[in-house]
Amino acid sequence: MALSAAQRGFDDAVRESQRTFRLVLDAMAHAGRILRSDATLAPPPPLLSTSASIILALADFETAIWLDEPAADCPAVADFLRFHTGARLVRACRDADFAIIAAPARMPPLASFAQGTPEYPDRSTTLIVQVEALAGVGWQFRGPGIQDSAHFSATPMPLDFPQQLLENRARFPRGVDLVFATSTEIAALPRSARITAGPACTSR
Amino acid sequence: MSDAAHYNFAYLDEQTKRMIRRALLKAVAIPGYQVPFASREMPMPYGWGTGGVQVTASVLGPDDILKVIDQGADDTTNAVSIRKFFERTAGIATTTHTRDATVIQTRHRIPEAPLKEGQILVYQVPIPEPLRFLEPRETETRRQHALEDYGLMHVKLYEDIARHGHIATTYAYPVKVDDRYIMDPSPTPKFDNPKMDMCPALQLFGAGREKRIYALPPYTKVVSLDFEDHPFERTKFDRGCELCGAEGIYLDEVVTDDRGGCMYVCSDTDYCEGRRAAPHAAAPPIREARR
Repeated sequence: MALSAAQRGFDDAVRESQRTFRLVLDAMAHAGRILRSDATLAPPPPLLSTSASIILALADFETAIWLDEPAADCPAVADFLRFHTGARLVRACRDADFAIIAAPARMPPLASFAQGTPEYPDRSTTLIVQVEALAGVGWQFRGPGIQDSAHFSATPMPLDFPQQLLENRARFPRGVDLVFATSTEIAALPRSARITAGPACTSR
Repeated sequence: MSDAAHYNFAYLDEQTKRMIRRALLKAVAIPGYQVPFASREMPMPYGWGTGGVQVTASVLGPDDILKVIDQGADDTTNAVSIRKFFERTAGIATTTHTRDATVIQTRHRIPEAPLKEGQILVYQVPIPEPLRFLEPRETETRRQHALEDYGLMHVKLYEDIARHGHIATTYAYPVKVDDRYIMDPSPTPKFDNPKMDMCPALQLFGAGREKRIYALPPYTKVVSLDFEDHPFERTKFDRGCELCGAEGIYLDEVVTDDRGGCMYVCSDTDYCEGRRAAPHAAAPPIREARR
């Protein structure tokens, strides 16, 4: 099988993995801060270049990836991920180290992913959520990585997403961490983030 | 590039870096929690900063500027050899200036100059588990952290008071992170503990032999454990640095001869050199004049 241009991975895996990781680390260390990504990958849709570079930088044969329905429906996505990462694709989201969400408005509840155990809360799923827009307004957060408070919102998300975030924080130190990606930006909400105010989010 | 060409960038292979990077992201998301990781053998013995080196190797990029300190000094064996290690294996720029560095690997000190947002401080950690000398079983300390059962640590600090009249722990002084996990700040002097609280820089901790990584995101609440009637007190020195005259900083005792002579100087060599190079710096004060 010839690799089409759409299936190319990193040109310089060492450099690009490092740069992508530092961007994600920066995002995770500053909950709700929106960062510009210079990802140039051209993965098969519905994968975005931003989320594809995150998964290529972090996943390998030691990790399991779960795809939501729109991503799983596209065989090219599975081929792309298997070829470039060697990661296992799993059917149950509670078995996943990473989950890729292409249709966030219809995503499964956060509680259905791996939450880790009280002794090993790190054994949990990191969600990579592809959204249309990120904004520095809306929900208000406090907690580690935030100097005072931070405003952040992503659209589209499920209607009860703020409630789910509250519950995710209530499970701390268990819980899931979220990395949001648009085609040009990323942001993260680690489980340590406390949602303190904001409107119920709009869903489409 | 001739030296670097023999190794992957920054020595570690990419799969190892990915494994460490995944652990780092979990560590940042769960501040103060010790994430197990598959620590590799490094071309230096355990106890020489293999955990810190692996963390540094995993975050470092070609544009980073690295500073390495050992007890505050840029010019001691451990600091020099780790700095050279990354110069050779990553070909990156290094510095001794705290303000110029993007990544600072440290053994046992936090620089005196305030850290900035965007900087990463990597600690070399010998024993990551603050409860280890109180409870040797890992299964048990895991459960204590899970249940937030930290009574034992308070008993230990109380026994300090009962025996010495004050909390006698002066380094590796336990802290509570964001009101949840008790964390060992590595054997930094307790003088440095307040610098961890709400620090704008990202702080990463690597314990190579013990195979644990933990982290403090920027602007995280870090409280040194104490009692209402025995509040945490920062170490105070009754003198200043004999080279630059700085006060309110951490001092090292330097033996000057074999007849008991010694002098006290800044532990942070970059801070001391900066003060002495600055035009407004006063002439070094004489000890007798100070006290």
